[in-house]
Parts: sequence; C-alpha cells; structure tokens
Amino acid sequence: MVHNDKDEVTGINTTGHEWDGIRELDNPLPRWWLWIFYACIAFAIGYWILMPAWPGLHGYTHGLLAKSDRAQVAVELKALRAQRGAEGASLVNASLEQIEADPKLQAYALAAGASVFGDNCATCHGAGGGGGKGYPNLRDDVWLWGGTPEDIEHTLRVGIRSGHPNARMSQMPAFGRDQIVTPDQVNDLTEYVVALSHRKANAAAVARAAPVFQAQCSVCHGPAGLGNQAVGAPNLTDRDWLYGSDRASIHSQIWNARGGVMPTWEKRFDTATIKALAVYVHANASGK
Amino acid sequence: MPVLIDTVSNTPKTGAPPPLYKKREPIYPKLVHGRFRMIKWAVLVATLAVYYILPWLRWDRGPGVPNQAVLVDFAEARFFFFFIQLWPQEVYYFTGLLVTAALTLFLVSALFGRLWCGYACPQTVWTDLYIVVERLFEGDRNARMRLDAAPLSLNKAWRKGGKHLVWILVALVTGGAWVFYFQDAPTLFGQLFSGQAPVTAYLSVGILTFATYMLAGTMREQVCTYMCPWPRIQGAMLDEHSLQVTYRKDRGETRGPHKKGETWAGRGDCIDCLQCVVVCPMGIDIRNGAQMECINCGLCIDACDEVMDKVGRPRGLIAYDTDAAVAARLAGTRPVYKFVRSRTVYYAVAMTLVGSVMLFGLLTRSPMAMDVLRDRNPEYITLSDGAVRNGYTVQIMNRSIRPEVYFLEFHGPHGAHMRTVGQTHQGPISVALSADGQRTLRVFVTVPPSDHAHHRDHSEPAEFRLISQGGKRLEKATVFLSSGEDE
Repeated sequence: MVHNDKDEVTGINTTGHEWDGIRELDNPLPRWWLWIFYACIAFAIGYWILMPAWPGLHGYTHGLLAKSDRAQVAVELKALRAQRGAEGASLVNASLEQIEADPKLQAYALAAGASVFGDNCATCHGAGGGGGKGYPNLRDDVWLWGGTPEDIEHTLRVGIRSGHPNARMSQMPAFGRDQIVTPDQVNDLTEYVVALSHRKANAAAVARAAPVFQAQCSVCHGPAGLGNQAVGAPNLTDRDWLYGSDRASIHSQIWNARGGVMPTWEKRFDTATIKALAVYVHANASGK
Repeated sequence: MPVLIDTVSNTPKTGAPPPLYKKREPIYPKLVHGRFRMIKWAVLVATLAVYYILPWLRWDRGPGVPNQAVLVDFAEARFFFFFIQLWPQEVYYFTGLLVTAALTLFLVSALFGRLWCGYACPQTVWTDLYIVVERLFEGDRNARMRLDAAPLSLNKAWRKGGKHLVWILVALVTGGAWVFYFQDAPTLFGQLFSGQAPVTAYLSVGILTFATYMLAGTMREQVCTYMCPWPRIQGAMLDEHSLQVTYRKDRGETRGPHKKGETWAGRGDCIDCLQCVVVCPMGIDIRNGAQMECINCGLCIDACDEVMDKVGRPRGLIAYDTDAAVAARLAGTRPVYKFVRSRTVYYAVAMTLVGSVMLFGLLTRSPMAMDVLRDRNPEYITLSDGAVRNGYTVQIMNRSIRPEVYFLEFHGPHGAHMRTVGQTHQGPISVALSADGQRTLRVFVTVPPSDHAHHRDHSEPAEFRLISQGGKRLEKATVFLSSGEDE
C-alpha cells in the first residue's frame, strides 16, 4: 500500500504506520537484496533435493545425501569406544594400587568411574554414593564385603545374591517369622543389639538374650558382634545401620531378615570399566 | 489497472507509485592527493602490516608452551598475547576489553565523528586496497567509466580479468592470514600447502576469501549503507558539537561557476566543480550536510582544498567542523567549540573506569589459581567411629610458563585432617604442575569424633590454602558440614 505521507526532513514517503509518534520511512530496498531472496529460494530447493526434508505418510524424503544425525551419532560412538578401548588398555594392565598412585591413570579412572557410576549405580546407591535404607552407603568406612580396591572389584564382578555362580552370598535367617526363636527372645535380642552399639538398654533383657545371641547369632556376627566380612555379616557395634538403628528397625530385621540384591556387572562392563569403577568407589570412600 | 487511493486524504493518487527496489548507482571514486589521503595511506599500511605480520612474531615461553606471540589456541583452550596468557575462566578480560573498546568508540565518535569508519574499519581499509588494484588495471575514474561503457573487447577482458584475479589473490592472502592466529603459523603454513591442514582451516580461508572479495570488491559502500548497524547507531552518539567532515555552507553559498578574474563579492566560495562528489567513495554530495552514508574519510576535504588553491581562495571550505559552528557563523556570531560536554564526560569516565578495573585485575593477576567445589550429595559422611568427613573437588591451576610445585593445606575445625586419593603420607598435599598445567584433586577432610562431642555448628567456616615454593599464598573459603547434632 502506498501512502502519500511525506516526511518533512527527508522528503521521503513513510509507510503510513505510526508507533507512539514514530513513523517509518518507506525507503526502497537495494535490488541485490531481492537477489539474495531468490538465492535463498534456490538454496531451499537444492536443500530439499540433497537433504532429508519432506515428511510422508510412511517416513520421509531422505534426499540424495541421505544424511542422518542418528547414523552420525552411531559412527561417533563407535570412534569414541575405540578411543576409550585404547586408553582403557592401560587400566587393564595396571593394578588398582598403581591406578590410584598414578595421576594420569587416576584422573582417567575417576572420570570414567564417575560417569559409569552415575548411569548404573546411582539408582540405588544415590548420585553421590550416599546410599539409603537397605542400600549401603559407599562413602563411609563400613564395608559388608570388604573395602579394599580388590574387594570392591570382586563385589562389582560377581554381585551380591545375584545368581552369579560365585556371587557373594549371605542369608540371615528370619528368626521371628520362621519361629527359630520365640517372639520374647526377639524382643530380648533387640535390646542386646542396642546394647552392643553402646547405647542404653534393658539390662535384664540383655542378660536373657546373651546365651541366645551366642547360640544363634555369633556364628556370623562374631561372639562380640563385630561382624565378619568373609560372610558379609555386618558389625553390630558401630554406628552404621543398613536397615535403621532404632529398636523397631532392629526388631524388624531380626524378625524378617531382609537382604538386598546387587547385580553382577561382569557381563555388562569390560575389565577396564570395572577397574575404573572400583577405583572411583574406593577413592570416594577414602576408606581401607 | 486498480486506482491507488491515498489513505491519508482518502483521494485517488496521481502519478506512478515509487519503486519497491532501488538500482545501485555505480561509483567511480577519483584518486585524490592531500593530507587526509596521506593519513589514510599510512593507516592502511600500518593496519595491514599488523594484520599480516602479527601471527608470525615469536615469543619464547619455554618448553611445552606455544612460542607464538599472539595465539588463540582453541584446542588447548588458551589465549596467548605476548606476556599475557589467559584461560577460559578469565574470559571476562575480553568482555572488559570489548566494553572499553565500545566506550572508546562512543567517545571518539562524540568528539570527532566517525573516525573509525573513515580510517580504521577493515571495510574501509580493504576497499581502499581493492581500489588501488582496480586503478592499476583500469586507470582512474574517467578511464574506468569509459571502460565500463565500452563493448567487450580483448583490452576490456584482460583488464577486468586481471583485476578480479588479483582481487581474489588478495582475498586469499587475507583469509589465509586469519587462520594463522589460531594455530602455530609456520606449521599451519606448511600444512595449508601440503593439504594436511584441518578442514576447518580450509573452510575458514574459503569463507574469508569469499567475504573479502565480495565486501571489498563488489559490495563496498553497500556494506556501510545497508549492512552495518554503526551508521545508524552513531546518530545517538553525535550532536551539534561533534567534529565531522562538514561543508561550510556559511562560506560556500551561494554556489555557482566562477570565471577567472570575476569578483568573489556577493557570492560563496563553492564553484560547483563537483570534485568533492567525484572523489567520494560513498557516492554522496557532502554539501547536502551530514548524512548516514558519509564515512567521514576526509577525501572531499583534500579535493576541495586543491580546488581552492587553484582559484586562489583559502582552504577549508570543506573541513572537520561542527554543525554548531556553522550555525553560529551563519547567525553572525563567534563559533564556540565545546569538547567537554555531558556525553563526552560520561563516556570518558565510563571508559576510564572499566579500563582501569580491567587493567588492575590484569596487573595483580596471580599465575596460581584454585577452585574449590564442596560435595553436595551427600553433604557429609558419618564414619563408623562417629567421625565426620566432607568431600571437596579442588582444581589447581598453574598459569605461569614455568613448572611449579604447590602445597595444599586445609584450615578448618579443630582436629581436621585431609587426604587425597593415592596419598601415602600425612600433611600438606604437594602438587607438581607442568608449565601452563592444571590438576583436579578429590580431597577428603575428616574431623574426629572427640573434637565434636560437644555442640557443633551444622556449618563451620574453613579454607583451602595453596602455597607456592616461592611463598605466594592463595586462599579459598569454604565450609565444613556435619549433622549439627550432639552425638
């Protein structure tokens, strides 16, 4: 639409639109601008021919170049795996102690371990490895099956109650549910375990439970309740409790004897990845 | 044909509508001699020399660090500028530099008009260079106009062909020089010719060659008029006291042809010879006053001075002058030049402030640097004996060009001791860093239970201290967290 609305200063027509008193001069575009517009149209047509462009009912037009971001990602992932394989080889050949002592290997193992941990382990153990009820805290100094790098690596390989032929196996009997001891004895044992961890408990109950503990529990947990990493029996005298430290939790555990399952990772990860993960877990536990 | 209606007056319009598109007017700037042309030649040689030579200068920084004086190293994420070396974390120096440069540009524009456009802008410099080549093959203004009007001949073909060939060569060298700023120049130079340079290098050279050829060869004044935002922004920088290339209409009018021996009384000094128009690279008439298209290159001043000398009138009919001065003389009063104005003061203060802050930061910058990131998940770990442990990720950087050994200490709650992965001894952690190197440490700090049996705060102040062998210290504050309950 052409307006006969001349701007007094420049003598050029305006577009006739006004925004808060501001009008726009209707200067003609340079002609090359038009050529660029035509060039863009030509480019678009070329793009349709060469690149994936138009959706159809069953798929889309692939274009002459048949470019696919998905295929490109697959190629890049393959290259990345090859690169990781080369760097991972140095992990395979080194011992876990060597990996921790060497700054370069350590940095690589920690970075790789953090990534694998986040994708696979954090679901149960928490993003930072802090654990939760029923899921061991991997950051402290308490280990059911041992906290040396080798112990951790072995646990990663075979899992716990995982179905692996060499899996770490331990099964606490359900003392209450299976009527191995009487309900009163479960109550007494609860007081006994509370006393073991240096807390105030009913002295009479503790005295009644002592022979029961020695008969039923000391095989795995030890006569003093210090636990045994060889069979995965927890230390009952420390402050670390997998299923809770209060009386109700302890009673429930003696009655029902819960035990979690950790999968075997041997089939899913290669040696280098398991080693990196073991170093990562051990390093962050800063433990034994 | 539909009748066009003027919607303002609601009456049928007369005459044809103005065109939607504007045909480009060819410009044949004539060669001119004089003061400003000399300054422009000097600036051209100086800026081009800096551009082409800078990446070839060497600067010894010792082994393991590039020895190129100016290098933007994307692969290693470093910027080298002679004795300065910046890491990606310090990109604020670039921000400061850009802000200072922008404010300087504002100040200079407010005082002296578009000096940048007229003299230093790459578009101006390379266009000048391309016009030199054009003149070499096709001659000056009149010869070029004749050649363009002539039918195609062998003479025209070789002149035009030769010009474009040299233009492309210049463009290639321009694009080629650019990539040397991003990799070791001598190495890349060899790679470029043996076909072993990275694809991005060839791509960059290609894009810059094309851009240089198009912008300086064929687009020229169209870039300034239609593409560049600066001519439009500068309207807000300039006022009636800004020095600009100005036709002094108080002296020039009434203009008209002048024959030798005629009197100058009762008329202006402008003899309407159009020399100011034919030398203008933007194709405008400066006598129409300040215009968006005018890049303030001063070539019309040279042209006019030459003419004034010939006709025996004083120089400076066109000169750097202000609108206020012209208006004052027209009104018969003494022109006043005001350089100290509120806007120039604001620009100068802001420029000095930003520049000083950045310079101070750069001068007091320490080559040792440390970042501390405290674990947030879990915030703290209670160990089996009741001790509390916090985890930290500590990044230690050596920004110097010499290898360094630093010692890391932790100062916090009483009894706190730290250890890092793979550490075999007690005490400060020693970190050996290569020149320009860095390391990230996982550090664990444990506070024994005996020391926090009493009430303790959930969060206690703490700090990591980094000490160099030379005794330089660097502290980073953090906190030590625990449950905050009596245990």
